[in-house]
Amino acid sequence: MTKSMTRKLAAAGLGLIVGLTGMATAQAQSEEAQYLPSLVYRTGPYAPSGVGFADGFSDYVTLVNERDGGINGVPIELEECETAYSNDRGAECYERLKNRGDGDGATVMAPLSTGITYTLIPRTREDNIVLHTMGYGRADAAYGPVMDWVFMVPTTYWSSTTVTMQHIADQEGGWENLEGKTIVHAFHDSAYGREPLEVLRGYAEEYGFTLEEMAISPPGVEQRSVWTQIRRMQPDWISLFGWGVMNPTAIRTANSMGIDVSKIIGGIYAAQDDAVEPAGSAAEGYKAVTFHGPGSDYPVYDDLQEYVYDPGLAAGDGSQQGKIAYNRGLINAAYIIEAWRQAQQEFGEGEVMGREETKWAWNQLTITEERTEELGMKGLMPPVDVTCRDHEGGGLALIQQWNGESWEQVTDFMEPDMERVFPLYRESALEYAESEGVEVKECD
Amino acid sequence: MAFFIEVLVGGLLAGLMYSLVALGFVLIFKASGIFNFAQAAMVLFAAMFIAGMSGEWGVPLWLAIPITIVLMIGVAWVVERVVLRPLVNQEPIVMFMSTIGIFFCLIGIAEIFWGSSSRTLDVGIPRDPIFVGNMLFQTYDLVAGGIAVVLVLLLAAFAQWTRMGRVLRAVADDHQAAQAVGIRLSTVWVVVWSIAGFVAVVAGVVWGGNLGVQPVMVDVAFKALPVLLLGGLTSIPGAIVAGLIIGGGEALAEVYLGPIIGGGIQDWFAYMIAMAFMVYRPEGMFGEKIIERI
Amino acid sequence: MIYRESGQFKTTYAADQAMLPILQDKIFVLAVIALAVALPFLVSNYVIQALLLPFLIYSLAAIGLNILVGYCGQISLGTGGFMAVGAFAAWNILTRMPEMPILVGFVLGALCASGAGVLFGLPALRIKGFYLAVTTLAAQFFLVWLLQRPFFVDYSATGVISAQEIQLLGWTVDSGIDKYLFALAVVVIMALVAKNLVRSSTGRKWMAIRDMDVAAEIIGIRPMMTKLKAFAVSSFFVGLAGILWAYLYLGQLEANAFDIYTSFDVLFMVIIGGLGSILGSFLGAAFVVLVPIFLNIVPGWLGLPLDTAMVSYIEVFTFGALIIFFLIVEPHGLARLWTIAKQKLRLWPFPY
Repeated sequence: MTKSMTRKLAAAGLGLIVGLTGMATAQAQSEEAQYLPSLVYRTGPYAPSGVGFADGFSDYVTLVNERDGGINGVPIELEECETAYSNDRGAECYERLKNRGDGDGATVMAPLSTGITYTLIPRTREDNIVLHTMGYGRADAAYGPVMDWVFMVPTTYWSSTTVTMQHIADQEGGWENLEGKTIVHAFHDSAYGREPLEVLRGYAEEYGFTLEEMAISPPGVEQRSVWTQIRRMQPDWISLFGWGVMNPTAIRTANSMGIDVSKIIGGIYAAQDDAVEPAGSAAEGYKAVTFHGPGSDYPVYDDLQEYVYDPGLAAGDGSQQGKIAYNRGLINAAYIIEAWRQAQQEFGEGEVMGREETKWAWNQLTITEERTEELGMKGLMPPVDVTCRDHEGGGLALIQQWNGESWEQVTDFMEPDMERVFPLYRESALEYAESEGVEVKECD
Repeated sequence: MAFFIEVLVGGLLAGLMYSLVALGFVLIFKASGIFNFAQAAMVLFAAMFIAGMSGEWGVPLWLAIPITIVLMIGVAWVVERVVLRPLVNQEPIVMFMSTIGIFFCLIGIAEIFWGSSSRTLDVGIPRDPIFVGNMLFQTYDLVAGGIAVVLVLLLAAFAQWTRMGRVLRAVADDHQAAQAVGIRLSTVWVVVWSIAGFVAVVAGVVWGGNLGVQPVMVDVAFKALPVLLLGGLTSIPGAIVAGLIIGGGEALAEVYLGPIIGGGIQDWFAYMIAMAFMVYRPEGMFGEKIIERI
Repeated sequence: MIYRESGQFKTTYAADQAMLPILQDKIFVLAVIALAVALPFLVSNYVIQALLLPFLIYSLAAIGLNILVGYCGQISLGTGGFMAVGAFAAWNILTRMPEMPILVGFVLGALCASGAGVLFGLPALRIKGFYLAVTTLAAQFFLVWLLQRPFFVDYSATGVISAQEIQLLGWTVDSGIDKYLFALAVVVIMALVAKNLVRSSTGRKWMAIRDMDVAAEIIGIRPMMTKLKAFAVSSFFVGLAGILWAYLYLGQLEANAFDIYTSFDVLFMVIIGGLGSILGSFLGAAFVVLVPIFLNIVPGWLGLPLDTAMVSYIEVFTFGALIIFFLIVEPHGLARLWTIAKQKLRLWPFPY
């Protein structure tokens, strides 16, 4: 054997050895902390939507730790894991993080992706971990008696669609004026994009407007032919359920075809800055439904400035502050932390909460408007009232509009049409319960 | 009829934009027989550096673009030194795999520098709609299509009339004969990859202006591949002709066939067009005839 | 010294043609299988669920693709699509015929993938090399699109469906260890099938086609049958891997989970592991599944103060650099390194 061959083998083996020695080391901790895993995607095709969320989530946790010393003195230990928005990486992250940290380890997960949510629903059920899916995920999880470990706080695709429709009706001067109109639903050709179809079809039947369903094949880098067709339909309103690069491309293409973008209302995942910024001036006037206030004009930002940004503790490069995704990260962390706070009130202040306690707290999570004001997030985070039956906690959402520079709130938080969506939740959830053998809880 | 023309023209212009990306693949395949999967990453890499430098460092665009072109030449040089030279004479599939390695490296470097959030890139191509009767066309598309055509003419002129162009053609025809007459292959590779890098810069500017600069830009490659295939892996004008056919075909299919079978079909339909033609002529429209000897 | 075939005399043709003719190899393989069975009881649930399970399932897919690419020389990028067909076909069969035993449903599902493979393999009779590779992307995009039509998800409102529970002979496969053992059993059986198949006359025909299809045709091998058989067998393996992926790993079915990048990943495994090597499929799967996770965890162990984003960017870069590195070290894949190691071991400790 030649010498070079030996070298080749040695080189190949090196990676393995480094790997094995690494396995042995473990992480050390000093004080008892509440462990909070955070599945984020800062890379991959959808990174532009993920970075802001991850930064906001992390910054809020830092704020609570720095300003209050944690939750009643219990610091929060945040650990991020990169999923790149892929299901298998998400599952890997879940398994990697679930037993880290003190006490029971992870007690709540926010997977930040509908696909990962579906993968984690059976796993979190087995592990008794709360799954918080804010707006994304499985809409029928809002029906509490079936999935008592999954929470859709503060809204779902379906509820927010009813808010969109309410806004359209308001703009048209009443539901009766919808008759004979044309509404287009342009959607990401996937399970996600089809979510609101059932709700929209119900409306179309009831109020007599024409619903046109236009699938756009992902990732959606080329949409001319779709929008040429939409233009010919002469729609009165367009609901856009895109994702990632599909949103700005849709808005830009629509605008260049002479479609009035102020008649386009994006779904909750077509409501972020990455949907409008790349579209430039074309997006001016574009509206979208969202479940939180836009912008950074809230007292909590003063605290963030003082305790997080100024001492240089901010996550990321700071470019995301005040953006939609960032605000979503903030309120997601706030809901999780408030749930722990309520758990501590019940089970002992200053202690690390376990999985049972956390789940109990989520099942009764109540955040009043006064409480959001105390948190400095009035108008930023919608108040919620979770009950055993309702895991959405109200489903408030609002309409915002892009003015070319920033998002402006055009309506207050609006109530969804629960009478319309709740039966749909129940029906779908009961089907799930039957096929999965999940016990349906009694709620009084 | 007006609607038909509008759809068709929109599709044709979109097709020219696919040709821009496909061109880079053709250049490298023609000269070296390497199927360069990293071409898409080169587009992203170039676009990220242009957008990043102008957005973050305030470098004006007229300076950022030449700097990026120089950078792409540097990338070509490094690729030749680090990847192509040690792997010389390996099987095509191994070379293909190595370009996948380059693909990840380039994306990694671009992200280490500029992160993965989306950026805008506006080089001032006008975006006003043009109305012809009732039909609507877009200036941006016309300009982008024009750029693609000019680029092809430039490359053709380069190959025809310059010394280096003749060298490239000689190498494409027969490596060994070219070496025998004193052509240095390593220089040729660097030049070819540099030209492909230059094409990537152009594609990056045009597509970046269209989509915003973000990691998902690499997916544009999947729109370019059927164009590449139909035109033939070795033909530069083929990329343009095939771009027109694929672009027009998929747009018409989406509009006229889509509503019947469920919509969202244009991505796979482009591949079907290419596949159907390839069964008729396996090397694409203008590809060199594959002659097999035992 | 320890690895030497001297003294092992073969007295029958059967013994001479055994899969593992050398005793030490036989012992080694049995030891590996024994270790694989014992492993779940030794390591944490994380290792089983997040590392070993995807590794096994991807290995199966890689074996399938290796039959096509490595043995028959037909490059395919439709793997993700065929995995999806397998998973969705199995789900639809089991949903619409609930009395069907689950294993039969799996086999039928994989057969559907086989059928899809043959259909999209037809152009391979005319199209070759990279032209074929890109053509198979048609299968990838078309199949994933097709499987998102409401019919295939049984008109479920959300379009994402959960996989049925696997039950056989009173054994419910639900814990991590159960899933691992089930996957292990399937993978070991299928790997043996593959290993024997490629040594059979079919396998030799594939290799003849791969090396020079015109010449193969002249000596009497029918290219159409041989290529289509490769597509069928390969897609069967790949479809089965898709079923395991949906049923054991994700627990749900979503066509987008089998996207184009899945196809690329499996092709990487085959090339990095070694074309035309069953062992290589395993090594390649290990490389592609485990290395990114490993690279993602390493900075944390070393205590480097990097944020998650930077770690991921570096991970992407390093993964690419490692691919190039391994190709330069050994262009024929990791399996080749293994062979070289064995060659060395025969002479050890007195090489000449």
